[in-house]
Amino acid sequence: MTTHASNIAPLTLYGETFQSRLMLGTSRYPSPSVLLQAIERSQPAMLTASLRRQTGSGGEASQSFWNLLREAQVPVLPNTAGCHSVQEAITTAEMAREVFETDWIKLELIGDDYTLQPDTLNLPEAASRLIQAGFKVLPYTTDDLVLCQRLVDVGCQAVMPWAAPIGTGKGPINPHALRTLRERLDVPMIVDAGLGLPSHACQVMEWGFDAVLLNTAVALAQDPIRMAGAFADAVSAGHAAYRSGAMQAQDSAQPSTPVLGTPFWHQT
Amino acid sequence: MSDTPLQVLINQSQHTLPQGATLADAVALAGIQPPFAAAVNLQFVPRGQYALHVLCNHDKIELISPITGG
Repeated sequence: MTTHASNIAPLTLYGETFQSRLMLGTSRYPSPSVLLQAIERSQPAMLTASLRRQTGSGGEASQSFWNLLREAQVPVLPNTAGCHSVQEAITTAEMAREVFETDWIKLELIGDDYTLQPDTLNLPEAASRLIQAGFKVLPYTTDDLVLCQRLVDVGCQAVMPWAAPIGTGKGPINPHALRTLRERLDVPMIVDAGLGLPSHACQVMEWGFDAVLLNTAVALAQDPIRMAGAFADAVSAGHAAYRSGAMQAQDSAQPSTPVLGTPFWHQT
Repeated sequence: MSDTPLQVLINQSQHTLPQGATLADAVALAGIQPPFAAAVNLQFVPRGQYALHVLCNHDKIELISPITGG
């Protein structure tokens, strides 16, 4: 009996191989226990995390989350969430590298607080400087082809276009743009943000995207653990379908069962 | 005056430190629990440099720790 993991070809990012094509955010879960069980159920390649000022009594929440990350034993992908300038993003990345002891960084450079749309004009500069500083940069970006190309030009070995604005759960709002990206760029692409349903994840994987990164769709489900599993299954199915090569859609009906030898054919 | 106390911001809260205070002094004053990382005036300061990084008046210090993220 094959497992889902055996249906997934390894994902390679910056020369590093991952057995899963699902990346999972760690925010907004009902409890740390539910988060941990969601991680165990979905077996993600990476877990996203962030850095904030300690609040409350002696940073207990931070300590608790730190211990959870160590227990989960999944690679951490720190983000630069909330950064609005290139320097803020670079400094946050440097701080994350020291705390999490990793060169991975999910580069978020926010240009608009209402839509959380990336600052597309300054994103390539931030990515370039981080890559020069030795980071493995996974930039959160829109689905704009030229922007993604510029990110590749400055050294990004993967890009993370959104499906829809963060936390909306709308699914791919511009399929044409995403499919164009897939056709035009050869680097690994991870659809990040805006996925709400496993079918959304399956869809983009069927289009040939290499992985998905999601958070809210799992965390805010009524049963996050079950939903984490559903997303893992959907990513696996979509990737397997892409590798299988889908049939071409036809305008006219084609019988599946052979016509030759049909009983009672033309007897009347 | 050289012995005028320093006024610094640690995570947006006003604090007073003596002249010659270092980032290590600010970290001790904040009472932050590890792990954390530090920046002064939007520039990252590696952990090993805390005791060597002399603070100036009106420095803005950020001390941040791991938290959940998407």
